[in-house]
Amino acid sequence: MIKPINEMNISFKALSVNEGFARACVAAFCAQVNPSLDEITDIKTAVSEAVTNCVVHAYPKKVGDVNIKVELYENSVIIFVSDNGIGIEDFERAREPFFTTKPNEERSGMGFTVMESFMDKLELLKNEGRGVTVKMEKFFSIKKNIAVGE
Amino acid sequence: MLVKNRVYNNTLYVLLSGELDEHSAYNTRITLDELFEHDNFKQIIIDLSELDFMDSTGIGVLIGRYKKMKDRKIPIFICNPSAHAEKIFKMTGLYEIMPKIV
Repeated sequence: MIKPINEMNISFKALSVNEGFARACVAAFCAQVNPSLDEITDIKTAVSEAVTNCVVHAYPKKVGDVNIKVELYENSVIIFVSDNGIGIEDFERAREPFFTTKPNEERSGMGFTVMESFMDKLELLKNEGRGVTVKMEKFFSIKKNIAVGE
Repeated sequence: MLVKNRVYNNTLYVLLSGELDEHSAYNTRITLDELFEHDNFKQIIIDLSELDFMDSTGIGVLIGRYKKMKDRKIPIFICNPSAHAEKIFKMTGLYEIMPKIV
């Protein structure tokens, strides 16, 4: 099993104001392996979609936490976005394009489709306690020079 | 999100500047709806040249505006999307209802 060259964990309240922070934070962390601008933008978008799901769907009553764990490898990154919310009833259906549980709120229902398209692998995992973890992986195009810890 | 606008030759030009995500979606909706309420234009062009970031929430905002304008038979066009925004538009089929113009 290959070990990540670096790891990061962040935790914050599931508030929309934190979306920009979350995607910027993950992007900045990934920058140390010199991904392309396109790859960084793809990652930022996928993180934004996953965090939006936590903000909009996970906590209908009381705002809870979002946890993001990032495992950085030489040529790839694995990002886990977790919540402790109400969970997703039907994973298959949630991943269908244009499916939304909130049709009256002008939601596109394309969140998972965007995550799937912009990342290379996507898994939805049911947490042991409550909530959901979105696990997504992105492979970087060219082998990079790594500079960790100076 | 900053929204700039002007009307010229029966066209409402709207420039979206900043980031369009869940956090900015609500205010963007309200601002666009206020601009779109007027009747001094026959078409709308949304310029995305200064849009730094957009996710699928932005698609929801745009589709919502399209539905409102459809009843008034006012077409909406998109111009200057980033390569990234373009990827989302093509994926979601947005250009079928809001064509891209150069």
